[in-house]
Amino acid sequence: MPPLSVVAFLALAALTLGSAGIVAFSKNIIHSTLALLGTFMGIAGLYITLSADFLAATQILVYVGGTLTLILFAVMLTSRIEDMKISNPSSGVAAAFGIIAVTLLVLGKVATETNWPSESKPAVPSTAKLGHAFLGEYLLPFEVGSVVLLAAMIGSVVLARRAVKRTWEKG
Amino acid sequence: MEIGLVHYLSVSAVLFGLGLFTVMTRKNAVGILLGVELILNAAALNFVAFEHFIAGGISGQVFTVFIIVLAASEAAIALAIVLQVYRGHRSIMADRLTALKN
Repeated sequence: MPPLSVVAFLALAALTLGSAGIVAFSKNIIHSTLALLGTFMGIAGLYITLSADFLAATQILVYVGGTLTLILFAVMLTSRIEDMKISNPSSGVAAAFGIIAVTLLVLGKVATETNWPSESKPAVPSTAKLGHAFLGEYLLPFEVGSVVLLAAMIGSVVLARRAVKRTWEKG
Repeated sequence: MEIGLVHYLSVSAVLFGLGLFTVMTRKNAVGILLGVELILNAAALNFVAFEHFIAGGISGQVFTVFIIVLAASEAAIALAIVLQVYRGHRSIMADRLTALKN
């Protein structure tokens, strides 16, 4: 019987990669979008095994609660229900397979042939350290990040609204 | 068997490969966006894994938070553009969008 941490890692990795496979290969855009939920959950679990508990909570709140809902809205607003069966066609599969096989070969060679320090570390909570880093060393990037979010929010509202011409704008 | 850095790197590399495959082969613009999300998640997982096993400290998690922030704003902007394209063309298949105007 392998230890619990190994079983947990293998289960989370299987969840992540299995759902990512559905995202990549499903013919139905709704199935792809819903499978992305499994990938995000699996990544959140992997964050916990890497002692990044705050990131796991953020991952679920922001990705599952925000981004995924937004993508589902976009899918529903842009696909007609009757041609939902093949709503996500793909092309150039053979060429893509070739390029990705080469990329993965290079990545795998680098990852296996480098001598990484191999001691395993215990998982400890890190939320307090993260908070101190954001309000100390990384204060300026933190504030710039909030300005970026505000700009993205205003920009997406301006882009997505229906262009209504008022009477005094015509001519 | 002990779970080390190389296992996390392999998961992340396969995730990146699947994301790249999605971006390269999909025609639906929303499908392409799903692939971008996969690639960003693979990169974030790498940051956290390297921080936990090698670098120590906290900076890897800080960068991952910034990745999440930028991914959220990128998704919002991209989906707004997709909606506007759908209003103009009645289709969001990337191979049919050949005109920038009208």
